[in-house]
Amino acid sequence: MNSIVSINGVRFLVLVLVQILILNHINFLGYINPYLYILFVILYPIKNNRTLFIFLSFLIGLTIDLFSDSGGVHAAACVTIAYIRPVVLKFCFGMIYEHQAVKFSNVEFGAKTMYIAILTLIHHLILFSLEIFNLSKIILTLQKTLFSSVFTILLCVLITIIFSKNSK
Amino acid sequence: MQQIVNFIIRNKTFLLFLLLFVISLVLTIQSHSYHQSKFVHSANFLSGGIYKSANNISQYFSLKRQNEILSEENSRLNTLIYNGEDSISAFVLDSSKFGIPYEFTAAKVIKNSYSLSNNILLIDKGKRDSLAQDFGVINSKGIIGIIDNVSKKYATVISVLNSSISISAKLKKTNHFGSLAWDSKSHEFIQLIDIPKIAPVEIGDTIVTSGRSTIFPRGIQIGVVNDFKLDAAENYYNINIKLFNDMTNIEHVYVIKNIDAEEIDNLLNGINE
Repeated sequence: MNSIVSINGVRFLVLVLVQILILNHINFLGYINPYLYILFVILYPIKNNRTLFIFLSFLIGLTIDLFSDSGGVHAAACVTIAYIRPVVLKFCFGMIYEHQAVKFSNVEFGAKTMYIAILTLIHHLILFSLEIFNLSKIILTLQKTLFSSVFTILLCVLITIIFSKNSK
Repeated sequence: MQQIVNFIIRNKTFLLFLLLFVISLVLTIQSHSYHQSKFVHSANFLSGGIYKSANNISQYFSLKRQNEILSEENSRLNTLIYNGEDSISAFVLDSSKFGIPYEFTAAKVIKNSYSLSNNILLIDKGKRDSLAQDFGVINSKGIIGIIDNVSKKYATVISVLNSSISISAKLKKTNHFGSLAWDSKSHEFIQLIDIPKIAPVEIGDTIVTSGRSTIFPRGIQIGVVNDFKLDAAENYYNINIKLFNDMTNIEHVYVIKNIDAEEIDNLLNGINE
């Protein structure tokens, strides 16, 4: 129990710092930034207290908002993906999730990538719709969502592979 | 009563989600209206401190370029001094003629952003250096933005690359004025709207601040006309301006305090009432 708390605490801090100090300044091709910090929401243990989980997701989003002066866009996107995560888990892992036996270190690669991709796309769509906040610029919103998502998904999958403990 | 409590307990996850989502929506909407983001901004002890220590390291990477910019500015100012009064920049003349209505404070940008649709900068001066909301921020090449939130040691600046900004600007050669806005597409261009059709706009014309607000003095450079077209009603021009400033590379800036701002604002409010 204690190790879960400390691992997630450290993950929270490291992801926030990496996001605000490095990733927010990448601006690949002018505006494409990866949002790696959602890895905290993605990798949070399955067996959890849902209330606490949603609250922590809100907190990490708000912290990023605080540093990037963006109002509450990251918080809103994070809370949403935290709330719908069980549905996505069920969709991607099916029976294994029903038995509460999903461990991110030893699930199938395809299912994991799909799971990360769905959550990232939803997160980015909410993030950019709220950030641009203008229906007449829907093309720009979708464009930003798509390009940033590709970047984020790649980075998330890479990071989970690099930092997985038992590689086969 | 029992049923209500039961309902809340049963749906506590959903209610919590709803509550937090609404809170973040309110914060988002606040941040989209001018000067409303009161609670969540980076001009605080924690984020200001972290950005400042990060900047202490990263400033060395752009040292050479920043030195070049500063020496360019020095040479421009020297030209002004030794060429007497036929200067390009009216605000320098203003301060020497009318008992200095503007005070300048040098500051350093410790966090810059230009890829979002509402970009906000963070500078390392705050209340302690007598900065306050609605002071203008410029650098040697032109305008940067307007101060929004101020804490003890830091201040956030609404960049010109922000969809909620509105600055009064005019053509340098005539006095036709309009207001600046940003369409959040490119960090090199901003838009000038509401210039009347009668104005003689040409590609390459210089756009400067109009001095009609108390924030910026008259004649601070903004950019040159890149292209222009009439709006849908064909009464006003929408002008695309290429900024003189490279907004991706800003380090040393000046904050302008208009000493008479309060008096002017009081006067204008008095008229409105």
